[in-house]
Amino acid sequence: MTNKIKVEHLDFYYGNFQALKDINMDIHQNKITALIGPSGCGKSTFIKTMNRMFDLIDGTKATGSISFDGTELLDKNLDVVQLRKRIGMVFQKPNPFPKSIEENVLYGVKRHGDVPKSEWDELVKTSLKKASLWTEVEHKLNQSAFSLSGGQQQRLCIARALATKPEVLLMDEPTSALDPIATAKIEELLEELKKEYTVIIVTHSMQQAARISDYTGFFLNGELIEFGLTKTVFSNPTDKRTEDYITGRFG
Amino acid sequence: MGKTSKRRRLAQRLFLNKFFEYLFLTAILLSISVLLILVGDVLRKGLGSLDWSFITSMPSSRPERAGILPALLGTLWVIGLTAIISIPVGVGTAIYLEEYANKRSWFFRIMNINIGNLAGVPSIVYGILGLTVFVQLLKIGPTILAGALTLSLLILPVIIVSSVEAIKAVPSSVKEGSYALGVSRWRTITGVILPMALPGILTGSILALSRAMGEAAPLIMVGAVGFVTFLPDGILDRYTLLPMLIYNWTSRPQDAFAQIAAAGIIVMMILLLITNITAILLRHKTQNRVE
Repeated sequence: MTNKIKVEHLDFYYGNFQALKDINMDIHQNKITALIGPSGCGKSTFIKTMNRMFDLIDGTKATGSISFDGTELLDKNLDVVQLRKRIGMVFQKPNPFPKSIEENVLYGVKRHGDVPKSEWDELVKTSLKKASLWTEVEHKLNQSAFSLSGGQQQRLCIARALATKPEVLLMDEPTSALDPIATAKIEELLEELKKEYTVIIVTHSMQQAARISDYTGFFLNGELIEFGLTKTVFSNPTDKRTEDYITGRFG
Repeated sequence: MGKTSKRRRLAQRLFLNKFFEYLFLTAILLSISVLLILVGDVLRKGLGSLDWSFITSMPSSRPERAGILPALLGTLWVIGLTAIISIPVGVGTAIYLEEYANKRSWFFRIMNINIGNLAGVPSIVYGILGLTVFVQLLKIGPTILAGALTLSLLILPVIIVSSVEAIKAVPSSVKEGSYALGVSRWRTITGVILPMALPGILTGSILALSRAMGEAAPLIMVGAVGFVTFLPDGILDRYTLLPMLIYNWTSRPQDAFAQIAAAGIIVMMILLLITNITAILLRHKTQNRVE
């Protein structure tokens, strides 16, 4: 079992507010790691440190270390463009671009310019297949992405992230805006995806974490209270607060 | 509380509801009727003098032979050049302010407040500025270029503000989606932000240009002439404009000049109508492409 990402003593600040406190975590390759905890506990902030999305917000600061296959992600001189190609992200609400389905999948590739034009068609096909959307859209690739249902849009966003050939997929509550059937489809898809990718998923639903993840981290007030195999965290938590949260006493 | 008093209060509310509905309807009817009277008056006076030769002739001291050609061409030259100068600069400024500038910096705050204020400065002040800077200091002289530069300054704040609003309206989720794919800032701007903001930018810019089209005051300052009998054929030529010519004609005592002034106003209104329709069509077209 190899560590894909190693987080050590990570602190994170929005201005003067400390949103993450001394986080240590090993993310294992080809596993699904679920992050749970009540709203505002820092779990979304945490995954945004891994692709440096916080760079977009003025006044944020991260200290400590996040090592990704030996590369230090918090290095100020790191090329975030390269980083975000290797660590893709799917957001809470489906956010397709106002373009055709095909253009959405090719959006990153076209702007990076590292895939020859002759391979574009094939890339669209494989990306959509991996996101299990291909059979639903293969005859309407030129239609607007907005013509798809919410669940389809979210899978398109997954395909779009896969097209840049990432190694890690960050998912920030990807099913919270979807109905149960669309959610089930995405969960099924995650099972497939972990064969090729390392997945880190933030979720509001403990049932979802229990169903799909191999590892679970429980956040509370910016601290990582408990982290370990999902089985252990759910059946035999070591911290009282984890147990309270899981058994539904708060949160 | 009795049933009757409840019913009375309901009746009162319904009455107030109707009362305000009619009050606001009166307000809009008032302003529309004033406009209709004005337009009607202009049409009544001007339609008789409006024909093809009016558009293709030179101004003349004899009203029955006078035309507007140099002024029409002057307006098209100046406004065209104004568009070429002000839209790129305005949109560029808006992109900088929204996408690059650190919004906590003093520079950003001062810029933001000032651009808002500049939109409220009287146009004649821009005329004085244009006269000092472009005509005299930069020695451009009283030319089309100086006029266009002055008008560009005048409408820049409006273009910047409307472009900033259009860029702000692009959902941040879409921007984040682009950044999260490892797409650089500039390519995110050209890839999703500008295409989505384009309808708003175009509408704002064209409406600002149509405002510039009606301006006479600042151009008097920078040397537009009221009466010319030659056609402009370069940006360093002297020029006149429709509002200038109309102003010149209305200040003459003879009734015949008042009539051709009205005809000139009709031409200007048609020009404005064409620009505004273009704005609407462009907006519609770009919006369809986006959705």
